[in-house]
Amino acid sequence: MSVSVQEADFDVGAEIAALTAGNDNAGAVASFVGLVRGGEIEAMTLEHYPAMTEKALAGIVADARGRWELLGVRVIHRVGRLLPGDRIVLVVVSSTHRHDAFAACEFIMDYLKTQAPFWKLEQTAAGSHWVDARESDDAALRRWSDAQ
Amino acid sequence: MTTKVLYFASLREALGSSGEEISLPAGVATTGALRDLIAARGEPWSQLARAKNLRCAVNQAMVGFDAAVQAGDEVAFFPPVTGG
Repeated sequence: MSVSVQEADFDVGAEIAALTAGNDNAGAVASFVGLVRGGEIEAMTLEHYPAMTEKALAGIVADARGRWELLGVRVIHRVGRLLPGDRIVLVVVSSTHRHDAFAACEFIMDYLKTQAPFWKLEQTAAGSHWVDARESDDAALRRWSDAQ
Repeated sequence: MTTKVLYFASLREALGSSGEEISLPAGVATTGALRDLIAARGEPWSQLARAKNLRCAVNQAMVGFDAAVQAGDEVAFFPPVTGG
């Protein structure tokens, strides 16, 4: 299963090892780990649309596989209550050469940010509030359609 | 047959509802028309019409407000996503 949505934490090293095990054609592995930023935030709760989430992530992975020569892809997104410093999301991509791995990893994150149905509720000393979507995330997405 | 309608995140809180079953009246055949039908109930539902950058999905795929809706579909309305 290349895509998981779960409450549990994940082990980055174990995921990379599992993705590359038994395939010595891979010359590159790129990974991204998203973390809960601290500062004023005391906790964060991630809500999602369960029936749609894995489908949306699988669709994004399929798009990436259509654009680049990828050997393996692993995406894990956590849901539920998380604390500052906790891991939220993992993307690992393996490929023959580094360019495809770097590009696909960034592409998957940009699409995930704007297309996968997750919502963050931040808790601070002042109360809870839903995080607003950022225009910069939409701009990051657009460059993939401008580029090709 | 009815259409299942779901609400998420800040919209779910504002409406005080995570979802409902709706019988589509004749003439309501798109996500936009369904949104307008629900919003026409008055508060708090009219927030669906005012929500900035409202998004929607039909059968778990994100679509626009001109997308077709029919009985048996699952339609979701939600704010822009903020995962990652």
